[in-house]
Formats: sequence, C-alpha cells, structure tokens
Amino acid sequence: MEELIKAKEPFRFYTRLHLTELTGLRASTLNQLLGLLREVPDACIYHHTHRFLQQHQYLSPEPPNDFAYWVSEILGEDNLGERLASIDTIQFSTISGLREEIIRTIEEYLKTNTLAKMRFAGEGEEFYFIKSVSFILPTEYTVNDLKEFVEVLKKITIDSIYFHIFEARLRLGKGGNDFSNWIESSIGDKQLAARIARLDPYTHTLEDLRNNLLKIISNRIA
Amino acid sequence: MPSIEEYIPIVGESTIYDLRLITERLKGKVIQHVNSTAVGGGVAEILNRMVPLCKELGADVRWEVIKGGEQFFEVTKKFHNVLHGRREEITQNDFDVFMETSEKNINEANIYGDIIFIHDPQPVALIKKKKENKWIWRCHIDVSNPDQTVWQFLVNFIEQYDSAVFSAPSFSRRLPVKQFMIPPSIDPLSDKNKELPQETIDKILNKYSIVKDKPIITQISRFDRLKDPVGVIDAYLQVKRYVDCQLILAGGGATDDPEGPKVFEEVQELAKKDKDIHILLLPHNDIEVNALQRASTIIIQKSLREGFGLTVAEALWKGKPVVASNVGGIPLQIKHRYSGLLCHSIQGASFALKQLLNSPEYAKKLGQNGREHIKNNFLITRHLRDHMLLFLSLYHKEDIVYL
Repeated sequence: MEELIKAKEPFRFYTRLHLTELTGLRASTLNQLLGLLREVPDACIYHHTHRFLQQHQYLSPEPPNDFAYWVSEILGEDNLGERLASIDTIQFSTISGLREEIIRTIEEYLKTNTLAKMRFAGEGEEFYFIKSVSFILPTEYTVNDLKEFVEVLKKITIDSIYFHIFEARLRLGKGGNDFSNWIESSIGDKQLAARIARLDPYTHTLEDLRNNLLKIISNRIA
Repeated sequence: MPSIEEYIPIVGESTIYDLRLITERLKGKVIQHVNSTAVGGGVAEILNRMVPLCKELGADVRWEVIKGGEQFFEVTKKFHNVLHGRREEITQNDFDVFMETSEKNINEANIYGDIIFIHDPQPVALIKKKKENKWIWRCHIDVSNPDQTVWQFLVNFIEQYDSAVFSAPSFSRRLPVKQFMIPPSIDPLSDKNKELPQETIDKILNKYSIVKDKPIITQISRFDRLKDPVGVIDAYLQVKRYVDCQLILAGGGATDDPEGPKVFEEVQELAKKDKDIHILLLPHNDIEVNALQRASTIIIQKSLREGFGLTVAEALWKGKPVVASNVGGIPLQIKHRYSGLLCHSIQGASFALKQLLNSPEYAKKLGQNGREHIKNNFLITRHLRDHMLLFLSLYHKEDIVYL
C-alpha cells in the first residue's frame, strides 16, 4: 500500500441548507413562462433546475428540471418537455448561460409549433416561480488525507455533498467541484481529481454520487 | 413526547447534527410563538410537538396564547371560512369585535421576544407592538381565493411584518413583504404514524369486520362534501365491477360544518349498495387511523379542495400507493406517476385504482418512492430546519448566506 499523502491544506466540509422563498410570479402559458424566465433572479432559475436533485434524490433518472416537468405534464407539450429535460446542465458554468439555453430552447420550439402558444394551465396548475435562499455553514469535519476524507464522506449529509459538487460548481461560478479541486491542488493527485471532475452529477442520485466517490477514492488508496 | 435523539434512526445522525449546527446560530435570540389556542386544532398540534424539540436543540423558544371571548372566536371562524373561499356575510360589527379584542390583547399580551412568530389571523393585530424586534406572520390557511374585504383588512397588518409564510406556492398572494414557503409536516413517532405491531392492526380490522383476503381501498377524512366521499364510493363501485375489493371511509364528523350530518347520512345510505363498504366514524383515534392506513392496499384522497392534505403524507410515509386529486398541497406531495397517481375526476380515480390493483409491482414502487419523498421533505425534522432557517433569514437579506 502506498503511503498516504498528507494534504498541503486541510479540507473542511461545509453544508448547504435552503429555505424556499415565494416570488408571487406565475405563468399559465409558454409565452408568460418565457417572459418571466427573462426577468426572474438567478436564484429562481437555480431553484427550478436543481430542486429535483435534493427533493427527489431517490429517482434516477428523474425529471431534471421543473420547466420540463410542467411543460410535459401540465401543458402536454411532450416534445418541448423532452428538449428541456435534455439540456445538459453540466455544460453550463453559470446560471445565466443555463437561463439563455432554456429560453432559446422554448423560442426555437415556438417558431415551428405555433399552436403550443395556445396551451394554458388550469387554475392551481400554473407555474409558480420560486427561489432558493442558501445558507452555507462550516461543519466540524476537516480532513488531512484521503483516508480521513473517505471516513467523513461516509457520514456527512447529502446536503454537504450537494454543496461541494453542485453549489460550488454552478451557482458560485467555480469550475469543477470542491472535491476534485482539493485533490488536485492539496493532494497533488491529478489523475484522481480528473476522474472525479468527469463524473456527471446530474445523472446520479446524491446517494449514488456518494457511493461512486467512495468507490473511486477507496480504490485509489487501497 | 419523543426526544430529538429518537429521530436519528429515521432521518440519520447527520440530519440532527445539521439541526444543532443551525440552532447554535440563534443563540441569544428569544423566539416567541403566538397563537389563539393551546389545545385543539392543527396549529396547537404543531406547536405542541415543535416547541419542546426546538428547546431540546438549544433554541430559546416560548409560546403565548392570546385571549378572546366567544364573540371574537365566532368572528375569526367566519374570517377563516371566507378566507378559504366560502361565502358568508361579514359585517362592520365583525371587524369591530375583532379590533376590540385585538386592542385588549395589544395592551395585555406580554411580547418580549427578539423574533415574534404570529400564527394565523387571530393574533395578527399584535404587530402594533412591533419595536426593534422581528415579526413573522404564518398563514396556515389556503388563501388562494380569499374574500377580498377580509383579506385587505388583514393585509393592513401583514404588510408591517418582516416576513410571511405560506404552506404552498398557490396559497400565497402578492404582498409587499418577503414570503417563504414552509409546508407542514408529519411526525413519524406520533400515534398516527409510528410503526404498529401486526396484532394491533389485525385487532382493529376484526373490530370493524374488515377481511384481510380482499384488497382494501381507504379514504381517511372528515365526512365533508369537499372531501367528496360520494365520489369515492362512485369510483369504488366502478372498480368493483372488475376487481373484488373493499372500501373504508373513515374519519371524524366536521363539528363546525352544518352540512356534516347530512353528508354522513347520504354516505351511509349509499354504502348500503355494497356490503364491502365500511363507513367508520373515528373522531380522534389516531392508532385506529394508523392501523387502517397500514392495512390498506391503496389510499385514496379524492378531495375537491384541500388545505394541505397531510393524510396523503401519512399514507405515503407508510409506503402505500396513493390516488389523490390534484388540489391544494397534494401535488407537492405526489409527482404523478413517480410517487403516486393524481386524478381530476371520479372516472380518473377509478381508472387509477384499477391500474394499481392490477399492477401490484408498480403500486409498490410508487409507495416506496412516496415514502422516500416524505422522508426527505415532509417530516417534522425538515419543518424544524425550515423554522430555524426562517429565523436566521430575518437577519440576512442576501440569497446566499454564509454563516
């Protein structure tokens, strides 16, 4: 067994908890949805493209965003719903890029499917824009090598994994994720870091993601 | 009353650890809940469970109850009804009665907290006592279609608060204050939801002559038109043509609903059509409700309107497949075809019931997904976390808060 590398800088685990804020904005048609998509704050786009990951984390593959779900299930526009569901969220390192892609997808669809504009949601089935307020807190867990990292990774909440993988990557405009960044810069294991950075977190449940990370890192230090 | 440690086997140690972590950030703050009754009613039930757990986590939480005479509560009951969309005449005298008692409470209530958490319309006027402290108004009512006169009367007070809280997005209104969504929750350790030994379940089935060798479809709710018990019987009779099964309609009568006894009679009359329909009046018998839910093959909640519909969460928590109307807070609990089936009509309900009775594996999967969804989103521990975050949000205006 290779000797464990001690990190240059320890890794502190954080957790991210969220509170749901209501905006009072709602859409009944695709045109109204488009209009509001252009003006709502980033925290709204973030909420509707990431909520499923935490609230429905047992489903895989789950409907990856609320827009896709509403367009398919409520408006009955399955084709557009599928296009929205297929937006490759991981390709976007900013919320504004993701917002533009959602808007572009709907606009393109409406050009050739003008009747879709006539569809509307019944009372109570409108699309309600909601935003996430995030609270980020340090936990008591800090680690100095990959063995300690694995032990903590086993017991932290999925909210903590969520923070280090998703929140750090997309919402805060950081590249990669916190785990691969630390493994590369503090442990110096570029190969392992690259392997973790390549994981597409949007196609795993959070528990799957935890298990995958544990497997990859445990194999590396075995 | 269970201690916070007893929730660890259900939600995991790390969830409780996170709760302690955020509660620490509220050190030094006194949080004061104010409502209108210490016992009876949903709000008192929530506070009776939440306050001791918050204290155990280390938060300084107190609970005050406002005073009011019969006349005041008659008026607030009327307010409650018309906010829910029911038509009733509201007179100037009603507003005068409300303000007279409110003034007395404003003078007499001992308000001293750093954070004042006001529940529902009854104590809303206490905001007149606002000083440097933070005030939250918690609306437990579905105000998606309220009587405008009463709503506007309340808005005059609500707009002086720091934040308002609603249970579902469709319940909120446009307001000049921040609005948060905090859905209600169920307590997995309460009599209504805790695990039960099979003998207890069997005993209760025996008591009501319900057999175990035929599938059981159950709706737990008051005998109230808005819960559509007649529609449930219709849906059941359509299913019965193809699948031999039983129906249980169980719940309390709505004591404040003059139509209640009439609905109950009507339902009893209809039940005579089929010997496998069991109509059970079960006021305040949580263990029996729990047992009936656990014994059921499918739970139905075919409400025409619904506040939040926590009976759905109770059923899903027990891993049961659920067929429910797409109203109120139900779509927050069920994602159609993922964690249950949503319906809009009697025919839709009957089709969904048949589908689940004929596809037990699919029904099982829906139930499993439903249980996980409730575990992650509708247990009391999530509710506690939301309350703590709500209190912290009063001191932070940004969307990303570093603590």
